[in-house]
Amino acid sequence: MKPTRLTECGNWVLDRFPVTKFWNDHMAHYYAPKNFNFWYFFGSLALLVLVNQIITGILLTMNYKPDAKLAFDSVEYIMRDVPWGWLVRYMHSTGASAFFIVIYLHMFRALIYGSFKHPRELIWIFGMLLFVALMAEAFMGYLLPWGQMSFWGAQVIISLFSAIPVIGDDLSLWIRGDYVIADATLNRFFAFHVIAVPLVLVMLVFMHLVALHEVGSNNPDGIEIKESKDPWGHPVDGIPFHPYYTVKDLVGVGVFLLFFATVIFYMPEVGGYFLEHANFIPADPMKTPEHIAPVWYFTPFYSILRAIPDKFAGVIGMGGSIVVLFLMPWLDRCKVKSIRYRGGIFKKALFLFVISFLALGYLGTQPVTPVATTLARLFTTIYFGFFLLMPIYTRWEKTKPVPKSLTKVQSLEEQLHALEEQLPALIEEITELKSSNTEIGHPAFKSTFFSRRPNPQGMVHVMSRLAKKLKGSLD
Amino acid sequence: MNNKGVDKSKRQFLTSALTVVGAVGSGYLAVPFLAQMQPSVKAMAAGAPVEVDISKMEVGQLIRVAWRGKPVWVLNRTPEVLVTLTTLDSELRDPLSDESDQPESSKNPGRSLKPEIFVAVGLCTHLGCSPTFRPEVAPVDLGDKWKGGFFCPCHGSWFDLAGRVYRGVPAPTNLEIPPYRYISDTRIIIGEVAEEKTA
Repeated sequence: MKPTRLTECGNWVLDRFPVTKFWNDHMAHYYAPKNFNFWYFFGSLALLVLVNQIITGILLTMNYKPDAKLAFDSVEYIMRDVPWGWLVRYMHSTGASAFFIVIYLHMFRALIYGSFKHPRELIWIFGMLLFVALMAEAFMGYLLPWGQMSFWGAQVIISLFSAIPVIGDDLSLWIRGDYVIADATLNRFFAFHVIAVPLVLVMLVFMHLVALHEVGSNNPDGIEIKESKDPWGHPVDGIPFHPYYTVKDLVGVGVFLLFFATVIFYMPEVGGYFLEHANFIPADPMKTPEHIAPVWYFTPFYSILRAIPDKFAGVIGMGGSIVVLFLMPWLDRCKVKSIRYRGGIFKKALFLFVISFLALGYLGTQPVTPVATTLARLFTTIYFGFFLLMPIYTRWEKTKPVPKSLTKVQSLEEQLHALEEQLPALIEEITELKSSNTEIGHPAFKSTFFSRRPNPQGMVHVMSRLAKKLKGSLD
Repeated sequence: MNNKGVDKSKRQFLTSALTVVGAVGSGYLAVPFLAQMQPSVKAMAAGAPVEVDISKMEVGQLIRVAWRGKPVWVLNRTPEVLVTLTTLDSELRDPLSDESDQPESSKNPGRSLKPEIFVAVGLCTHLGCSPTFRPEVAPVDLGDKWKGGFFCPCHGSWFDLAGRVYRGVPAPTNLEIPPYRYISDTRIIIGEVAEEKTA
């Protein structure tokens, strides 16, 4: 067949730029474990939200003004006067919260299935760096509307740096670019939020994925699919990412968009959790709102900060609660990855951790009272206990045996044995029994002679069955 | 053609020399890049003193004025408050203001030039929120121990009406007292140091 112009053009590109190779390496011939479940939606969803944030973010910068005098009004201008501006802005603000929901679930998945363990430590480290960059991105983005919460939230977070001994005050001054949160701060946060941090995020996502595709994905059973391969070198328990998981992820995307659209159209503020009420008042450097709380995704860490009655120790505690996550691959000494085969003590510890994380998150949204402070201290202790005692309690774990692979692979002996069992039936099928005409007529032992003859019809049956089976296995 | 092979030591020297020169160059370039994020000359200049008229202040009233972009409180303290202040020392972290930030002239138990008129920067020394003025004694939400003072809503720090921090709260030091002086009995100027008394 003569190649068409179009294929010739395509080949011209492919000779110079390996699109097909890239596609095959990372999609069509990237083998992922076949037992992915619900928890494996969130990686691709995070990517979707990142794309959403970048596109809506670019649109927002077209009307937003990073100036302390103009910022608040320009956001209201986007909301009221720019065609569809409200939609773009709500997609961006809801996307920020959705990003954290998706990322927290993604991290929890890694926690329960041991995806941070050998050989995936670097994937986890890149992921944690992504989490920190994402927090920086969200924090700096939150200053931009220049509302009361924007202003005082930034005031508190930047003051965190001043708690560092010796260099603290100069460092926070350098970050602000002024003696107080001011126009200079807003302008530079805009630069970081729009250019610097997104570049870092995209770069880290790339590294996260390269590292993942090098060692291969973990799975709910925590087995290494690369350890059992079929004669063609593909993992027995693997299926190509495309089309199997692209199709599966599309279902996840559909369900996610259902929730996402519901929030955007019916409850964009989510009762003051996604967009805080006090942020609809322009920033006033003279007066802190009666009750200030960060946006929900920072509240667990904020609670830890509040729980510790000392400035420097509080900052260390807050930083430590994130740093300790980086150390997970080395804190967990249990060789078994998945919670399905791990001991009860880990399950109980993880349960306590989840409870304390959620409780800290809730307390962080509430005003300070003596009871709340006591509770926050208790949950902070559990939070750190989960991580810091991990090297001890994971050693005592009584784990269950982990299967070698998901598909039962038969050894040669087993296959021969199975064949042996099928043999009589097979012989019966390809031959036929004929009684000969010769009979022994002796009354003492009257009997008829039989003889086996090949049965062409049976042979055809068997052959066609084999051919079908072969074709099926090749498809 | 040279048959003796490559002179590795020369190559090593050139590599090291280039690395060092490159590192020094990058270091020099980093200075302006980092320093341009420092406060600008304009920002540093915007620190003019502020004059406040206190003649119309009622007893117990607090007013806020902006100085260098920060809220500064001027409070006219009642006689009862001045009595209460003397009884709190055991509950305070730094009752004598040894570790706190104030001009020498305000380093006294009441932390002021004149006992009634209290001037302070209204930013919590913890993480910079502006504490709430709560002069009432023992309100429901703060409990019986509350003798009137400033309460930081962000992280729950307690200060008395002399800006002194209580024990067991996140804030490390007393509220900052700005430099200020009296021009006359009813006018103060914030941002200028009180003249030393010639004894």
